[in-house]
Amino acid sequence: MTKSLFSQASPLAKGEEQIRILNEGSPKLRTLTPFGKKLEPLGLFPLKRTSLEIFQVNVGKMCNQVCKHCHVDAGPDRREIMTRETMLQCLKALKESSAHTVDLTGGAPEMNPDFRWFVEEIRKLDKKVIVRCNLTIILANPSYYDLPEFFKKYQVQVVSSLPYYDKRNTDRQRGDGVFDKSIKALQMLNEVGYGKGGTGLQLDLVYNPTGAFLPGAQEELEADFKRELKTLFGIEFNQLFVITNMPISRFLEYLEQSGNLESYLEKLIAAFNPQAAKGVMCRNTVSIGWDGYVYDCDFNQQLDLPVLSQTQRRLHVAEINWKAFSEETIIINQHCFGCTAGSGSSCGGSLVE
Amino acid sequence: MHNHYYDPEDLKNFGKVTEFEEKMGAKFFEYYQTVFGKGALSAREKSLIALAVAHVVQCPYCIDAYSTDCLEKGANEQQMMEAVHVACAIRGGASLVHATQMMKHVKKVNLP
Repeated sequence: MTKSLFSQASPLAKGEEQIRILNEGSPKLRTLTPFGKKLEPLGLFPLKRTSLEIFQVNVGKMCNQVCKHCHVDAGPDRREIMTRETMLQCLKALKESSAHTVDLTGGAPEMNPDFRWFVEEIRKLDKKVIVRCNLTIILANPSYYDLPEFFKKYQVQVVSSLPYYDKRNTDRQRGDGVFDKSIKALQMLNEVGYGKGGTGLQLDLVYNPTGAFLPGAQEELEADFKRELKTLFGIEFNQLFVITNMPISRFLEYLEQSGNLESYLEKLIAAFNPQAAKGVMCRNTVSIGWDGYVYDCDFNQQLDLPVLSQTQRRLHVAEINWKAFSEETIIINQHCFGCTAGSGSSCGGSLVE
Repeated sequence: MHNHYYDPEDLKNFGKVTEFEEKMGAKFFEYYQTVFGKGALSAREKSLIALAVAHVVQCPYCIDAYSTDCLEKGANEQQMMEAVHVACAIRGGASLVHATQMMKHVKKVNLP
């Protein structure tokens, strides 16, 4: 299995190096329009928050897959995992916040030994829970076979990546055998009622391009996925979220190695959509890292661009003051073009129709 | 320095052809936009047709542009290759169908 950039001691494992490449990696990259310049005429610079709705927690970088586009650089060789103590600090901050939804991500969040306890505690606070489930984890070990039942018990919304409705494209991005296991896992989720009308059990899929191009229209792709998955495998799901590949981490490595970096960034910038810029998810989201530090979004988290406290130290979830947080400026850089291209991109898919 | 007739960077300057003749160029781009706008065919169908035609007219700019565009419209490699085979079949067929004329002529000039 491929190693993470971190295990390979690749320079790209460091956020600072990724930011340097995006801004100064070639003479042409130095000439590209800065993201902030695009926000200025829209009155969005500096970028400020709206009201907090989504409390996103990355509970660890450990994963049973090593996807080629992973912005977290997750994999079986990553050991960073959120402790129960940090989870308790998250719960306290969550209780005091206006967030209505907790978005659990990783790695494979289910691999955190305190994952189920954390979900139970969040539900006690009457907050909605989303889990970014990679599907194959459900079949990775007998101890995970009951995850569909667990999700059902706590009415967890399951959001799962499936880059295409065929094996060739899915395995190319997510690893050999992932498509077949994903199909089996989706069938297991369907069996307990996920994705079925009238159950209230929400099962959404995520499409992201299998290369250096932008995603197509969400509505059209959703119709294709629904038709093909139903016809070929009898699978049902609720919504398809279309997400643009962010030019960071492993996808950045691919863009560099394949000679696509400049043209991909130019494409993102050319497709800048002001409407998408107004709705970027960092405006209503807080992102908490495995060690409890606070970020504007999961991408800034992986690029090591932390939210700073009023004393210019890294802000920890244990010391978060929501009023002060709401007034802070969001940290932006060239990777942000990934969220504003075309119809826009967020953890909930397109930002504009 | 590379010496070649086709430079991928030139595609970005396509819109600048209006520099030498504005009216016709502007009318072309307006027409082009209308052709690829909403219509009876889906955006993906139009993109696959464009890809097929690009191979027939052997335009490297168009092949690059519509290969990416097909992927961005959700087409897969198999659909794209089938589109090229359709173009190839019609192009090949257009040659082969002329063999009927050859056969007719041969039969005319040959002894029965």
